Amino acid sequence: MARYDRAITVFSPDGHLFQVEYALEAVRKGNAAVGVRGTDTVVLGVEKKSTPAPRLPVLLLHLLLSSVRKIVSLDTHIALACAGLKADARVLINRARIECQSHRLTVEDPVTVEYITRYIAGLQQKYTQSGGVRPFGLSTLIVGFDPYTGVPALYQTDPSGTFSAWKANATGRNSNSMREFLEKNYKETSGQETVKLAIRTLLEVVESGGKNIEIAVVTKEHGLRQLDEAEIDAIVAEIEAEKAAAEAAKKAPSKDT
Amino acid sequence: MCSKSQRSVAFRFHRILRRTTNRPCFPRLRSSFDTAAFFPDRREGSKKEMECVFGLVGDGFALVAADTSAVHSILVHKSNEDKVMILDSHKLLGASGEAGDRVQFTEYIQKNVHLYEFRNGIPLATAAAANFTRGELALALRKNPYSVNILLAGYDKDVGASLYYIDYIATLHKVDKGAFGYGSYFALSMMDRHYHSGMSLEEAVDLVDKCIIEIRSRLVVAPPNFVIKIVDKDGAREYAWRESIKDAGVSAA
Repeated sequence: MARYDRAITVFSPDGHLFQVEYALEAVRKGNAAVGVRGTDTVVLGVEKKSTPAPRLPVLLLHLLLSSVRKIVSLDTHIALACAGLKADARVLINRARIECQSHRLTVEDPVTVEYITRYIAGLQQKYTQSGGVRPFGLSTLIVGFDPYTGVPALYQTDPSGTFSAWKANATGRNSNSMREFLEKNYKETSGQETVKLAIRTLLEVVESGGKNIEIAVVTKEHGLRQLDEAEIDAIVAEIEAEKAAAEAAKKAPSKDT
Repeated sequence: MCSKSQRSVAFRFHRILRRTTNRPCFPRLRSSFDTAAFFPDRREGSKKEMECVFGLVGDGFALVAADTSAVHSILVHKSNEDKVMILDSHKLLGASGEAGDRVQFTEYIQKNVHLYEFRNGIPLATAAAANFTRGELALALRKNPYSVNILLAGYDKDVGASLYYIDYIATLHKVDKGAFGYGSYFALSMMDRHYHSGMSLEEAVDLVDKCIIEIRSRLVVAPPNFVIKIVDKDGAREYAWRESIKDAGVSAA
């Protein structure tokens, strides 16, 4: 097996591309990211934790971490979050932004979410079929609104270059637990409810608090809006209050009997 | 000749998809003017001198006015062609020149300005946008020149309102008032007489109207309609149209 994983251009005898699978491993080690699609809103959430570099003074690190935006906008109506190698992400995001403007220039129309997802996935696939290069070590969650129909969309791509549309999905660290939570608790939501669902999903795997979570909300009217710490803290408090109320309600009937 | 070192500037704009068509490669006599292809009848946007673009800076705002006729030889294609592009939230780009070049070049600049804003999270300053525009004109000048004259107006929080005069041969000047085309003879004269710095919006629009009246009455093939756009701290937007001929409907006859 070890002989077939040095280069991307080599299949293993049982049909695996090991470099791509190892890239997926890199994704599994990246920060948790979740995307939820509502009827009129799409929400992206990422975990803000990262293992600190050994020599950086703590204050500087805090400043660095708090200013790095992990959810980026590709165009006025499209946003992207990713899990995995952030340096690779910069390259993909740059190319995607150029493609968004290039599309507008040649076709005089903004891109659809599906188009730009297909483009990014195509880029990721190119690097799984060339000599001397390695795949991009990241999965992306791409959200946005169709510029004409106004329909919200959420797509995910991965290092192999496949992409698919989702109602909600998670990637990165502990994505399995987040996906399980979503499978149990997903329902069609809109507005603030969608945001709450995304935060509740993230809270399953992330330490609670505004400084560990970054949330961005995309709506048709306002485009991408990053929530600030205070807002996130407020919603987290709401969620915890709801949880506590649910717990109390469960206990109360048993008291009567 | 543009050498490689000239291209390595601090931040490079990606040359996103240019919409230049492939030039027919029939054999030509090599001459010393070969590369900078201004052909004999392509002087300063020939026949495009009938297009008037002018602008001025007031107190906390800048105005750009342009005629709105699209003309081809003796035919007026349309008289509501908008030649003042809104470059981004706080910039206006008034352009005159070869019709194809005008649209292609200004849209190219607009998309690159937007790309900068997405990449860097903040919009370009007016001076930076003007220098970028001028740089693109200069790069193309001795290869495949654009015949476009531009007035770029913008508002920055720290600098206030500013206006840049950018020629088709990549001249760049920061000015208080500027004009292109045959109409410039009249517009500049009126502005020289009546302009003072720190004009209020009413005074400035009044001056623009004076210029338009001069152009309409004194230019032999005067464009009938004009558009006026303004940029100030609240952004770039259309201010008014000055129409003396509306595109007539069929029933008008």
